[in-house]
Formats: sequence, C-alpha cells, structure tokens
Amino acid sequence: MSSQNLKKTDMIFGLCHTTDVEHLLPGGVCKTNEEKFVVLEEVIKKDPQDIIDDIIESGLKGRGGAGFPTGLKWKFASLSPEKEKYVICNADEGEPGTFKDRDILLKVPAKVFAGMTMCGYCINAKKGYLYLRGEYKFMLPELRKVLDSFHEVIKKIGYDFHIDILLGSGAYVCGEETALMESMEGHRGEARNKPPYPTVEGFRNKPTVINNVETFVNVTMIQKFGVAEFKKLGTQDSRGSKVFSVSGDTPKPGVYELELGMKLSDFVDEYGDGDTKAVQVGGASGFCVPRKKFNETIIGFEGIPTGGSMMLFNSSRSMYNVLTNYLEFFAEESCGQCTPCRVGCQQLIRGIRAVKCGQKSPDYLDALLKLTASMKLTAKCGLGQSVANSFSSIVSNFTEEMIY
Amino acid sequence: MKEMINLKIDDINVSVEAGTTILEAAKKANVRIPTLCYHPDLCIAGNCRICMVEVEGSLTLTAACAMPVSENMVIHTNSLKVRTARKHNIELLLSEHNSECTKCYKNGNCELQDLAAEYKITNETFIDLVPFHNYTIDHYSPAIIKDDSKCIRCQRCVRTCEELQSVSALGVAYKGEHMKISTFMEKSMFDVVCTNCGQCVNRCPVGALVEKNYIDQVWDAIYDPSKHVVLQTAPAVRIALGEDLGYDPGEIVTGKMVAAIKKLGIDSVLDTDFTADLTIMEEGTELLTRLKKALVDKDSSVALPMMTSCSPGWIKFIEHQFPQLLPNLSTCKSPQQMFGALAKTYYAQKRNIDPADIVSVSVMPCTAKKFEADRPEMRSSGYKDVDYVLTTRELAVMIKQAGIDFESLKEEKYDSIMGQSTGAAVIFGATGGVMEAALRTAYELVTGREVPFDGLNITPVRGMEGVKEASVKIEGTLPEWKFLEGAILNTAIAHGLVNAKKVMELVDSGKANYHFIEIMACPGGCLGGGGQPIPTNMEIRMKRNKAIYQEDAGMPIRKSHENPEIALIYKEFLEKPLGHTSHKLLHTTYIDRTK
Amino acid sequence: MKENIEILTKKFGRNREALIPILQAIVEKNSYLSEEAMNEVAKQLDISAAQVYGTASFYSFLDTVPRGKNIIRVCKSIIAEMKGKKEIIKTLENVLKIKVGETTPDNMFTLLETNDIGWSDQEPSMLINDQPYTNLTSEKVIRIINEYRK
Repeated sequence: MSSQNLKKTDMIFGLCHTTDVEHLLPGGVCKTNEEKFVVLEEVIKKDPQDIIDDIIESGLKGRGGAGFPTGLKWKFASLSPEKEKYVICNADEGEPGTFKDRDILLKVPAKVFAGMTMCGYCINAKKGYLYLRGEYKFMLPELRKVLDSFHEVIKKIGYDFHIDILLGSGAYVCGEETALMESMEGHRGEARNKPPYPTVEGFRNKPTVINNVETFVNVTMIQKFGVAEFKKLGTQDSRGSKVFSVSGDTPKPGVYELELGMKLSDFVDEYGDGDTKAVQVGGASGFCVPRKKFNETIIGFEGIPTGGSMMLFNSSRSMYNVLTNYLEFFAEESCGQCTPCRVGCQQLIRGIRAVKCGQKSPDYLDALLKLTASMKLTAKCGLGQSVANSFSSIVSNFTEEMIY
Repeated sequence: MKEMINLKIDDINVSVEAGTTILEAAKKANVRIPTLCYHPDLCIAGNCRICMVEVEGSLTLTAACAMPVSENMVIHTNSLKVRTARKHNIELLLSEHNSECTKCYKNGNCELQDLAAEYKITNETFIDLVPFHNYTIDHYSPAIIKDDSKCIRCQRCVRTCEELQSVSALGVAYKGEHMKISTFMEKSMFDVVCTNCGQCVNRCPVGALVEKNYIDQVWDAIYDPSKHVVLQTAPAVRIALGEDLGYDPGEIVTGKMVAAIKKLGIDSVLDTDFTADLTIMEEGTELLTRLKKALVDKDSSVALPMMTSCSPGWIKFIEHQFPQLLPNLSTCKSPQQMFGALAKTYYAQKRNIDPADIVSVSVMPCTAKKFEADRPEMRSSGYKDVDYVLTTRELAVMIKQAGIDFESLKEEKYDSIMGQSTGAAVIFGATGGVMEAALRTAYELVTGREVPFDGLNITPVRGMEGVKEASVKIEGTLPEWKFLEGAILNTAIAHGLVNAKKVMELVDSGKANYHFIEIMACPGGCLGGGGQPIPTNMEIRMKRNKAIYQEDAGMPIRKSHENPEIALIYKEFLEKPLGHTSHKLLHTTYIDRTK
Repeated sequence: MKENIEILTKKFGRNREALIPILQAIVEKNSYLSEEAMNEVAKQLDISAAQVYGTASFYSFLDTVPRGKNIIRVCKSIIAEMKGKKEIIKTLENVLKIKVGETTPDNMFTLLETNDIGWSDQEPSMLINDQPYTNLTSEKVIRIINEYRK
C-alpha cells in the first residue's frame, strides 16, 4: 500500500474554481471553452480501440464510489455487435454530503459532454443521456444552453452524437445504475438483477455505458493531457485526482480537487477544525473513521474508496444522532423491493433506538451487527449492501455513544 | 443442441443447458433451495432474497432464482453463511408480517409459515414492526380480501396481474419502509379495474390475498331445516378438488366429490355441466342467428365476431378495457348463473319447493363467480339466483371440516333433475372447450352430420398455446342453413387475459376475420382458475387438462344437444333456444365500466 | 384535463418512457398529481392507473396529494441538522403558521422536509420549487418568504 501527502490539483476544474453559491447560479456559470472541443476533434480521428486502451492504461476507476475500471467497462460495451447502444452520465448525485457533481456541472459541463461523446465514439453509440437529479433542476436552463452550443460544435467537426438531459424526481436509489435505467424507462427506480450487466443489457436492454459525471471529465482530461500526465497524479492503485465534497465541522466547507492516496490525517489537518472526532468517508453509505484511525487510513482504492463525500464531525457531535440520521435516510430511500434492505433498515433504526432508551440490552447491538452482515451479503443492490458500512463502523467505533 | 454448462452444487456434478438458473440446476441435482417470490408462471423478481446461495469467488451471496449458471461454478446451498442469511431474511419478513397464524385463513397453507417452521424461528430476535405500519384490510369486494398486514411484498400478485392478465389492478406503490402493494390511489379492489379473477389469490404465498369465503354461511344453510340447499359443481372442480384432499394433480374425483357433498348434508347435488350444455344450445343458436342476420338479412348492425360470456373475469375485463366491444359478447349468462336462475324457477316448480326456501350454492374453480353472483342483474328468478359461491378450495375445507375420509368414499351420481351432462359440458373447464362443444353442436345442427374430426376431438382448439385459431368449412348444409354452405367459420380461442387483450386489440382494429371467439380469463381456462387448489402452475394445468379430456372421452354422451335433460327442459319449460323464457332467465346485459 | 394531457403526450410520446416527463410536467404546472390527471395519463399511455400511481408515489417530487403553489423542501441531512435546520423549520412554521407536511390555507405554500439536496457545504438549505437557497438564517428565510408572497 502506498500513500502520499495531500496535494491539491486542478485537472477537473482548470481555472474555474469557486464555491460561492452566488456565482454558481444561472449567469455565473463558466461558458463552454473552445479548447476542449479541439480535444474532441482530435479524439474522433483516433482508433476507438486505442482510446479505450488509453483509458485502461491510465488506471482510471469510476468516480461514483464503486470504482470499476472505466476502460474495461467501455471495452465490454464496445465488444457488443449490437447496433443500438447508449451512453449515460449518472448525475443523480444523492449521496448525503456529496455535491461535487453539482460544481462540475455548473462550472465545466462541456468537459462532461465531451467525455460522453468520446465514450459514444469508443463503443459506437449515437445517443447519450445525462440523468440529472431533480434537486438540480435549477441548473437545467444553463446546462441546456451549453449543450446546444456543444451540439453545434460536434456538428461542425462532423460527428454524430446527441445528448439529452433527463430529470430525476427525488429518489436516491436511482443513483444505482440499473435503478436509474428503470427510471429512464418510466418505471419505479428499482434495481435490476445482475447479470445481465448494463454493458450487455442496459438502457432499453441495449449495451450501455453508465459513468459518473466526474469520470467523464477525467476521460476528457486524459485525452487532453495524455495518460502520462494523468498517471503522475495519485498512487499506483488510485490514479488521478478526485473531487471531494467537504462538509460538516470544517472552517472551509466546499469542493476541492485532491490527488488520491492521501492519508486521512493529512486531510483532517487541512480541513478539520482542530477538534475532529470522526470523518464519514463516502457519505451515508461509506465508512466512519474515528480519530484514532486517521493516521492509518488512506483515501483511495487501497484504503477507503469514496465518491468524494467527506463529512467531518467534531467532539460536540453525537454519533448516535449521526447514525439515526443515516438510517432514517436509508429506510426512506430504499426502493423497498428486497427484504434485507426494506426491513433491515427499519430494524436497524428501531433497534438502536431501543438500545439507547434501554428497551433492549446493549447485547442487541451484536444482533444488529450480524444482521448488517447478512444485509451486505444478500441485498439486491449497492444501497442495501452498503448500509452495513456506516452502521458497523459507527457502532463498533462509538459503542458507548450508542448505549448511554 | 444448446451449449452445456458443467458446475458443482453441494459437491454434486451437474450438467445443464446454458441459460439455466442455479435454482433450476439445483432442482436437477435434487438439491432443494427454498424460495418465496419465485413462481414458475412468472418472470424472475429476485426480491425476497430467500434462495440465496454461496457461489465460490463471489463476495456476496447470490439469488439462485436470478443467476444463470456458468462453467465450473462451485455452489454451496447449505453453508453457515447461507443458513444465517436466509434465517435473517425470514426473520425480517416475519417482523413485518402479522404473524397471528392461528387466526389466519391461510393457516396451514402458507409458504412463509412453512419456511418459519423449517428454519425453526422460535425466538423473536427482531422488533415487531406491525404496530408501526398503518396496515389496512380491504374486504369490500365480494370476491377477494386484501390484508396488507400479511403481505410480504414478494410482488407475485403484481406480476400475475400484469404478466398473465394485463390488468395491473395491483401495483407497487411508495418506496422504502412505506413500499406496499396497492391499487390505484389505494382504493378498494371493488372500486378499481380488478376482474376478480383471483389469479393473485392463487399465487399469494401468504394470507395477504385470499378469497372471501362463504363456508359458514353454507354450513348455516345446511343446518337450517327450513332451507332446501341445492349445490352445483363446475366442470373444472372435479379434476382438481383431489389435489386439496391428498391426490396428485390430474386425478378425476367426480363420484367421490358428489358423495362427499351429499355427506355434507346438501339436499341436492347437481351439475353446472347441465347448464353448460344449455349454454351451448343458447349460444350456438345465438351465433347462427347472428350469422344469418349478417349474411342473409345483410344487417350491418350485427356484432361479429361473437364472443363467449361464460368467464366472469373476462366479462369484467371487457367492461373495463374494451366497452366498445360489449355488443360482440354473447348475451348468454354463464352456466353458473343460468343454473341459479333455473334452480329457483324450473327446479323449484318440478320439485314443488317454494323458491324462497331454496339456497343455491355453487362450487367454482373461480373467485370472479362470487362477484358475478352478486351482480344486481343476476336476480331474474325474483331472488338472488346464486346465493353463495364457494371455490374448489372452500369445498375441500368443508369436506375436511366434516371429517369425511374422502379416499374411502364410494362414488355416487349427481341428483336429478339438472344433474345430467355430456362430455361437451365437461370440457368447458379447459381452454378451447366451449369452442369445441359449440362446434360439435352447431355443425351438426347446420349439416345434420357430426363435426368432421376424428372421434369428435377437435384438437386444433385444444392445448396451452395462448391464442389458438381454427377454421371449419361448412359443407352439405340442411336446407334451412343453406346460406352457410361452403362458408368457412373462423374461430379464435384465448386464455389468460393478456392473450384476450391481444385478440381484442386485433378485433378492435378491424383486422380480425373471426366469427366466434372463446375467451377464458384464467391461464388454461377454468382448470387454472383463481379458485383452484394452490399451487397451480403450468405443469399442474397440463395434468388437469389431460384429466378433463379423459373425462370427456369417457362420457356416454359427448354432444350438448343430445343431453336428455336438455331436451326435457326445452319441452317442459323453455320451449326453444332464445325463446321468451330463455330470454328472461338465461340472457343478460353488460355495463360499460369506463363511465 | 384530457386536452392538457394530450398536449403532453404529443410532446413526450405515448410510450412508457414518456410517463415520468409527463408527470413532471403536470407537477410543474399543478404542484401535484390529481386522481383525474393520473387516470387520464393512464388512459393515454395505455397503462393501468395503478401503475401510474405506483410510479408517481415512488418519487418524492411527484406528489399525489394536494400541494400549495410553492413547495418548500428543507434539507434534513445530518449536516443540515448540525448547521441549524431545526431553527429554520421553526422560523418557517412561525412565518407560514403551518407545521411540516401542511399547506397554508391560501394554498400559497407547502412545507416539507427532504433528503440531502446537494448543498452540504452551505447548510442549512432548502428548495422552493426548483430554486435552492443556502446558508440560511432565520432573517434570510423571512426575507425569502416575503419575496414569494409579493
């Protein structure tokens, strides 16, 4: 395992760097940048296979949190002889404490569209969709404007690819890729059985590549600066930079682009308020790291992989409150179809309340921990499987707070 | 030949076709994997997470029903991890489920109960969630009770309603902890597009969807000395009842069933088959009359193709979905309702009983019949024509309650009058049966000769294909039917409302050239009805189907018009098909339910 | 109603994929989905009303119960809670004279809570219809509500 010091980068955002809301609202968005389209023009002259090999070589892994190698995903989809294929950009950023895609879409949307188009070129898809969470509807007019000029540009360079923007309607689970496709097809956002995987049967049962917003930007930047430049960032297992959403007890909440592979202690030194007791890495579905483990925790695929949410809690916070908030969230946002997730979440929340108020003995926490292990093993999708992460990391690291 | 896949399940080497699921492969290896949301008639949901198995190399457990096998897969179905996870998921389902099993109608026939017993769930590990849910019970419908407190959200009912019936009266609503099986706006089943077919009831693994039972009412009537209880049994009951009484599917138990019902204390055990034959007379004549009006009188207002009207689930379906085609429906009541109307008129007269004292009970493979009997227009005798409708399952319950040793019963015959029937009537219980019976009679009526199929077996209309078509050329007509000489009668048969919908869309678009269409709401026809023993699936339907045609083949009379009691009733009471009395007692009207 | 939905089916099509965009458009106009609207959509898309209801009720933003002209959704994430969500709710309840989940008698506002809306760096936050408001204080909330009342 390798780690490195905290290093700020600006591959994703370039010169546009602000988190001030007043600048993010319509009118304050960075406009499309001609330079990025030049990249696109060069890319579509290359052999698609070479581009995919580039992405594989770069070591880029999905930025949504799960970390599947992006190049491989594209390769799988490219292998299908199917004529109809799709590219989807997952902008259903619903993970609590995550807001980096918001900034990416507000500041550098053209880079996202460019990445999607490159993907379309590689897998031979003519159609892309950006699935934007309903909570971000406010940015739709501006995004559409950028998209219109983007379409103009690809037309100019003589390439055929069209992107549509679809809106979510307030359902966290739609961030799960197959639930998102169900939603796009007009159904309840319920995760599908896998296999088949989206690269084989995705949207409309056709081969589909679905990637996170940030992943597409990374692709654009790899093409712009080259694989070598990209690989200079991060560590062996965690190449490139990552956009982090920093919130909670921090003097400087906001969006930061940092190299992967840093120690959590370095991160806390930079962003903590001097009294950080725990950091929730990866949102409600991620892990809670207590102070004593900051030094040994690496943020990256060799340690704790993350979609970028970093929530800091200082010693004034009750971890019991934190956990109940997460569990209420999961109980509400589970799609409800599978037993372990639907019922398990209800049991966890009622269970820790019962322990807290003395209706159940502290031993009951062990029963609940065993339950989360089964949820992780049997839930149908990532939502139900990941409830165990925050539950077990908070309950085992802050047991006293759960009881007294 | 499909590619074969080799794998190992619990140390047993198995070789199966590519595309086979782990669950199917395990079955082949005689390894039983418990399931709950799985049903062989339905698409795979993979939501109960009971059939979890361990696949070597996978970080999580795998749902056996949803995972296709792959080469060299090594599967463990009984590891500690698997047992613990399954037990957890059963416990979770129980925590959300109203577990007052002793007070449940499905007590003893519940898949969740079986699993709880198998896994010996004795201690209540988890918190009872029932008090936190605002569960409701809908018993407003005369046919189906929906009890949300028993629901385990396996969605079998939802898939049934959509995939088999294309009705989708039931859907999944809300998400997370509030997720539930719901009708539109959570209305009563009575107030939505539900056809009462009961296919959901037949597939519900627990007690969340059950028939509204009338067992106590029937017992009360039996023990009321002032009442004369007549009971009719539908064609498809005799070939399925045995399944609830210890027999294998496909066993014909007609004689024992009649004996058992007599033992219950029913005053007169009669046969719906009698009115099935009567239906053929009325409906056959109606078809020929319509054809004549269209072909000879050139009356363009005649609605063709004509469609059968015996299946009350189908009737409610067309009333909701295709009201513009209501004129195409035969005006004949279903055999049950013809029987009911005659029981309190013809039968009452013949037996010299005050119709007010008759309690008319039917045993049906069907839940929609309960709704049908309740329709306000079904009172043409001046009374409620059919007082209580029991399903095959309810009859089995009563036989058990009476302590009758069914197997040792001596076979008995139906009472008379209205107890005699033909092979043509028996096959009403299978898809294609009404068509076959109608053709046997109509062809002979028109030509004076038997229908030109070997042994009267009109095989093209038989079988489990969703939509069947058959054409019969009419040759050598009798003088009065001369206008049909050389005509080709085109027929279609559909079973399962999803297939009915396909045919109706074709008819509605004007692209169909059919003259006569038989529709049965349930897959396989009445033999696969919502009121039949649980489980019902394709394998079982095939066995019941075989039994029905076996019963037909063994009948001395196999054509409706040759039923002597039919001749008698026309002579004594009805005069002629479509006559005045028929019109009053045996025919009905329909309602456009979109308004 | 029939004509209104026809305009939408013309725009989005009549296949199942059109369902959510159509429901979104109705909500944008009427704040919620009435029984009549859902029935009409079902009819025009040739799907069952239960399926329309089931799909709508899955999504938090596709309300099937009457809502006011302006829907306020206050973020209830853990970060929002830490940064003073309670105060914001209290202020809103006082200003609007309703509780969470209720609609003002003049039908101008419905007050709801919602899961993370993507502004954890600027909590407390809320959405009024589509518009996010962040770094809320009681004074700011009162000012915003007054703007909407104009």
